[in-house]
Order: sequence, then structure tokens, then C-alpha cells
Amino acid sequence: MKRLTALLSALIATLSTRAFAEYGLNMTEGVTSVSRDIYDLHMVIFWVCVAIAVVVFGAMFYSIFAHRKSIGHKAANFHENTKAEFLWTGVPILILIAMAIPASKVLIDLEDTSKAEMTVKITGHQWKWQYDYPEEGISFISNLAQTSKDAINDNNNKPENYLLEVDNPLVLPVDTSVRFLVTSSDVIHDWWVPDLGVKQDGNPGFINDAWAQIDEIGVYRGQCAELCGKDHGFMPIVVDVRSKEDYKTWVAEQQSAKAAAVASATKTWSEDELMAQGENVYNTSCAACHKKDGSGMVPVFPAMKGSKVANGAASDHINIVLHGKGGMPAFKMLGDADLASVMTYERKAFGNTGSVIQPSDVKSAR
Amino acid sequence: MTTATATSHDDHHHGPEKGIMRWVKTTNHKDIGTLYLWFAFAMLLVGGAMAMGIRMELLQPGMQVMDPHFFNQLTTMHGLIMVFGAIMPAMVGLGNWLIPMMVGAPDMALPRMNNWSFWILPFAGGILMSTFFMDGGAPAFGWTFYAPLSTTFAPDSTDFFIFAVHLLGFSSIMGAINIIATVINMRAPEMKLMDMPLFVWTWLITSFLLIGAMPVLAGAVTMMLTDRNFGTAFFDATGGGDPVMFQHIFWFFGHPEVYIMILPAFGIISHIIPTFSRKPLFGYSSMVYATASIAFLSYIVWAHHMFLTGMPVAGELYFMYATMMIAVPTGVKVFNWVSTMWKGSMTFETPMLWALSFVILFTIGGFSGLMLGIAPADIQYHDTYFVVAHFHYVLVTGALWAIIAATLYWLPKWTGKMYNESLAKVHFWWAVISVNVLFFPQHFLGLAGMPRRIPDYSLQFADFNLISSLGGFAFGASFILLAYIVVDCIRNGKPVDARPWDGAKGLEWTLSAKADYHTFNTPPSRELIENESQHS
Repeated sequence: MKRLTALLSALIATLSTRAFAEYGLNMTEGVTSVSRDIYDLHMVIFWVCVAIAVVVFGAMFYSIFAHRKSIGHKAANFHENTKAEFLWTGVPILILIAMAIPASKVLIDLEDTSKAEMTVKITGHQWKWQYDYPEEGISFISNLAQTSKDAINDNNNKPENYLLEVDNPLVLPVDTSVRFLVTSSDVIHDWWVPDLGVKQDGNPGFINDAWAQIDEIGVYRGQCAELCGKDHGFMPIVVDVRSKEDYKTWVAEQQSAKAAAVASATKTWSEDELMAQGENVYNTSCAACHKKDGSGMVPVFPAMKGSKVANGAASDHINIVLHGKGGMPAFKMLGDADLASVMTYERKAFGNTGSVIQPSDVKSAR
Repeated sequence: MTTATATSHDDHHHGPEKGIMRWVKTTNHKDIGTLYLWFAFAMLLVGGAMAMGIRMELLQPGMQVMDPHFFNQLTTMHGLIMVFGAIMPAMVGLGNWLIPMMVGAPDMALPRMNNWSFWILPFAGGILMSTFFMDGGAPAFGWTFYAPLSTTFAPDSTDFFIFAVHLLGFSSIMGAINIIATVINMRAPEMKLMDMPLFVWTWLITSFLLIGAMPVLAGAVTMMLTDRNFGTAFFDATGGGDPVMFQHIFWFFGHPEVYIMILPAFGIISHIIPTFSRKPLFGYSSMVYATASIAFLSYIVWAHHMFLTGMPVAGELYFMYATMMIAVPTGVKVFNWVSTMWKGSMTFETPMLWALSFVILFTIGGFSGLMLGIAPADIQYHDTYFVVAHFHYVLVTGALWAIIAATLYWLPKWTGKMYNESLAKVHFWWAVISVNVLFFPQHFLGLAGMPRRIPDYSLQFADFNLISSLGGFAFGASFILLAYIVVDCIRNGKPVDARPWDGAKGLEWTLSAKADYHTFNTPPSRELIENESQHS
């Protein structure tokens, strides 16, 4: 029995000091009041469970050692005790009530988004995130970074933050209460950043909300947490939290970049310009299913090479890409220039012989 | 005892038919129980092979073995096969073999329907497996098949999946009706409800869960079918539907479903622990009430799987409180098992080792379940490997552990022979160590932020995934040894006495060493029932 107690206490000591100090064993404390509340709650429940385990398993192991037939222990014959039954029904109820009170407080607080100072709308698409800042008029798509994509089949060269890097991170100001409106354009996605203590389903056709006030400048990473199809594991989230001044600068940059993009969409592009930009857009947005070489994954994801759509009427092609069809998601969140260039690329590359599509064609088809 | 053996002796000329047709046409509860158990074991190996594929891909970061679409097919089919093909049929098989013997009945109440319940299964399983060979592959939307991933965005093979689920539902409902009819109508006239052994009680209650839950699942897949093929929009917001409604319907089935898999396991453990403690089961009536309470609660907690779907706060609070309540009756069971051991005279034959490790490992799964039930904390746990670890602790080291324990415990009664005890001990330690190497690190992975159902992961998760995969391969291999132990027992086992475990009580142990093909043609007497009660 002494040896057992020593063993158990050694185990608990190891768990509490060494193990939790290391990265990657326990839940993150995070950088928001909500994430810290959740962490505290988690630790309380954890230790309550450990305490119950020590008592129950302790009694069980004592019995296993002391009440063995091999050491000549004779069986007693008791098999009922109403007092004991009431005791071990009542005590757990009291423990549960004690745990429910702080849990309810945290829950009510984290569901109250009314104090928000700014809003970001998050839309999940198969398999990327779209971020809209409705008040600032900014909107962009966030894809898995090319460095990670290239490393998926390359076992020797994994970049730092493999699968947790994006091309366009969500930029947010520090010490500002942000309301997230989460939705989806196709299947259910789930926007999760552990350090923010935010995990919220994006349901197609509905909008959910959550909030976070981030205390520390830094970069925080997360992933989609709801199975959303083939590339569910490849749609990470990066939140770049900047000082309030840096955030303002970033907003101004984005707004002028947007104005330039709108201007470029009205001009007529050369085929070379369209093909060059189209290849980039294709590799980012289309290659996951239709493959870099346009061979697709028949029959789920049709081939681009020799495709009836890419070689057919421009209007049908624009219609499918804009609005989707069956398993093909809608891509109307992309800009006119991006859409025109990617469709031109699809119609000219892979030995296809379709016509050129200009941004103005896309604009008028919207 | 004399009555039972004497009558069954006269009946020997009504023995089983020869050849393969015996198994096709059989209406004998023992034959059908055997069929169920072998089918479940075959499906366990199939589902296990899929798990090996999953762990192979997750051995290290990057995609090495398969593409992500096939990975999703494997996780989906692994879950479906294990739940509907392995655990549930194994429990029904045990129920078939044991319930008539435990209540002193000659057979199940509806033997022809019993035959049909079983023979639907291979066809349903075959249809489900055939989807792997169809254009677009097998279902790849997770065993929970959330809409619209399983409707608008699913491969054509989904319609075959829907048909298979309907068939599995028919089979389960017929099996449940049969068990209720047997327990209510075929029970020995001298046996009162509160005389029944706990395995009978837990299966009776489970049957009501099946009858309540399976039609809801059938409703869910039927709505999927019409959404996919006939232009309805139950789960499509553009037509006025709601994808979250799918989850409500699914989990209204899904939560009772997890108790369907675990309640008979509770019953099994309540037989094995008293036997090897040589002491009556502690708190029999509170065990019955606890089982009934768990069954009731299982119907009113479903949305704790859905805390992140955008439920109102009031809903979240209610489902959190209701979920926490489940810990109370479950705790009562664990306390009663420990009290049964207390001041017993314990020995540690292999069934007891499985039962004791069940109590510890299932309780660990219960603790993580309690943590998951705390709604705010669930924000960080939800859809991570913490959840994967949780439900594998309750289903593998819970339900499956009890099935293995039951198999070894009653194998002498089924075969009249004893399995190789030392080999069985090797197998136990092999399995219990490897299963913890497999699943325990997944708690850490989940807490550190690894989502479930991903085929590839960032580098910080590499170490624990490697450990988990290695444990997984070792655990998978242990089932080859289990198959050998069972086959070796059937072929070469040493003959046993009618009561191979000296502490065992129950009507089944009053039968011949190998239970005769027909038993209890005349019902047992009151005296026999009282003598064989495990709780007095």
C-alpha cells in the first residue's frame, strides 16, 4: 500500500510540474479574457476529475491488493447499503452544482457580443476563408500558403508553421473588442483559433456570432474544425494582431489597393496578362480539385483538359464559376479580374481552345 | 439443474441440421448468437484494417499513403462499420446467446424474425462496403454525415449508404422487439423482474432505446434521400430548410445510440466482477435504477454535441446541466462495482482482468466526457483529438472491452471447453498497454489544438501522432492473437465442468458444460432461481 501511494503521488507530481510546463500537452491559456476563463475552468474540472479518480481507483486498487483469494482473504457477503447509495448519489450532485456555477458564468459572458467595437464577417468556402470588414469596405480571401502546399508531398522539407500559414492573414487591432459573424457559402465550416478562445460553426444560410478582445500583439494560428470535405485539413486560419496605429495603416493600404483593383477591372486586358494572373488564381483556388495539370479527379472533380465547359460558350463557363453547380462551389467572392483571368487560363491552357474572357464580361454577368 | 439437463437430453434428436443450410435456416438462439458474434468479429477486423490505414497516414506529417478524399472515406467507413457492424451486432449476439438461458426460456420469442434480423446484416454490410468500388468512392462525410456535406456535396454512392442504414435499422429494431418479447413473455414464470440478472436488465432497457432511436435515424436518412433526389430542402437554407436541424435529428438518435452500445457492457461487467470477487453484486436495485436513469437522460441531452452550432445561451445551459447529470447514475455504477470487490475474495482470471481494466479505462472516458459536457470548455475541446480520445476510451476500452470479457467468460459455456489462460493473459496485457499508447496521447493532441478528421497535421503534433500510430499497429495486431485464442479453444480446449468459475452464479451455469442445443424446455423452479441469483 505504501508503495502504491508513493507511485501515485510521484505520478501526480510528474503530471502537475513537468508535463504541463511543456508545450503541446495542455490547453492553451490564450490571449483573451474568454480563453483564460475557459482554461481556468478546464483546469478546475481536470483536478476535480483527478481527485475523484484518486479516491475511486485508490479504493479499487487497495481492494485488489488486500482482498485477494491468493493471500487467503475470505469473501464477506454484504450486498446492499441504502446510506452508501444516497451518499454517492448526493455528493456527486453537490460537486456538479459547484462546477456548473462558474461554467454558467463563463458561458453567459462569452455568448454576449453586444460590447463589440468592430465587426468582421467570416465566410467559410471549400477550402478557404473569406474575411469582410463591412465598416472599412475591405474583403479578401485567405488560402493555405503555397510553401505549405508544396511541402505536402515532400517529406524532407517542411516549412516552419507547415499547414498553419496563409497567404492573407486576418489583421486585427489589439485591445479592441471584435465581433465575428461566421457563416458559410457551401458546407458547414468551423472557425477556430485556440488562443482567442473562439470556435464557431459557419452554417450555410445562417450567421453565428462570437467575440474576442485580444490583449497581446502577435500572430495566432488555428484551423477549420468541422469536416468540410476533401481539403478540410488544409484551410488554416492566421490572425495577425497589430497595434491600433499599425492596424489603421493596414486598413488604408487595403482600401487603396481595392480602388486600384476596381480600376484595373474596367480596362481591357491582354491575353498574356490574363494568362499570367490566371495561372496564379488557378493554382490557389482551383488546383485542389481540378489539379495543377487540369486532369481533375474524375468522376468527382471533372478534368479541365478537354472540358466541355472550358471549350464551350463563355457565358456558360462564367455562370458555373460564379454560381457553382452541384459539388462545385460558387466563386463570386473573387474579383472580376481574377475570375476573368482564371477562366481565360482554363480556356487556353491544358491544350484547350476556348475564347478569352475579359473582366467586363464577368462584371456584366454578375 | 436436473430438470433442465434431463429434458434437453431427450431432445437430442432435434439437433441442428448438417452443413451450411444449418446457418442459413437456423431459428436457434444459440446458432444466431454465434452468427452475430462471428459477423461482428469479421467487421471488427475490416473496420480495424481501415483504422490501420488511418494511423498509417497519420504516422508522420505530409501525405504519404493516400489522398485526403480516400482518408475521409476511411474515417467515415471505420466509424460506421465499427458502430453498426462490430459493436452493435456483437452485443445482439451476446444477447441472443445469453438472454434465453439467463431467464430460463427455451429460445427467443420470435425465432424466425431472429433469423431475419441477422441475415439482413451481411447484405447491409455488403452494400455499405460496395460503395468503395463506386464512382466517387465511399461516403466521405464522417460517420455523423452532417448535411449539406452528405447531401448536395456527397458522392452518388451516398444513396447506397442510405439504403444500408435503413436495412441496419430494420435489423436492430427487430432484434430489440425480439429481446423485449423474450424477456417479458418467455421469462420463467417463477422469475420476477427484480430477479433478472443485470445483463438481461441492461439489454431490456437498451431495446427500448433502440426502438426509440433507430426510427429517428431512419427519418434523418430518408430526409437526406429526398433532399438529394426529389428536390426537397429539409437541410438546405436556400429552400427554407436548416442544416442544423439535421444535427438535432441525428443526435436525437446518436446520443441514445452511444448508450445502446454501453448499457449491455455495464450488464456484462456486473456479472464478471461478482463472480471473481466471490461476493454478490453490490446494490443490485440501484444498478437497475441507474441503468434506467441513464437511458432516460440519454434522450434529453443530444444537443451537447452541438454547442458550437449557434444555439441560444438558454439551450446551451440546459444541455450542459442535463449532460452533467449523467455523471451521477454512471458514478453510482462505478461505486457499486468497487463495493462489490470490497472485502471479496478476488482472483484474476482473464475475464476479470478485462472487467477491472474496463472499470478504470471506461471511467477515464467518463471523466473526459464530463469535461466535454462543460459547454464553455467544449469550445476548446470540440472536434479535436480530445473528443477522439474520449469516445475511443468509452467505446474501445468500454464497449469492446466488455465484449471481449464476455466472450472469454462465457466461452466455456458455449463450447464446453476452456481457452488457453496463459495465452489469454498475454493477449490482455498486450492489448491493454497498446490501447493506451494508442489513445492516451490523443488527449494531449486535442488539447494542444489538433482538429479531428484531418489527414495531415502541422509539425507540433508529430511526436504524439507517431506514438499513437505505433500503439495502434500493436493494438491492431493483438486481435490476430484473440482470433487464435478463440479458435484454439473451440478446437483444442480442455473440457470444463458445468460451472468453470467457482464464484459464478446464474441459470446458464446450471446447464451442461457445453449448453445443449435446446435448453430450458421446462422452466426452472423458484428454488433454482433463488439459488442462482447473483445478488442475494
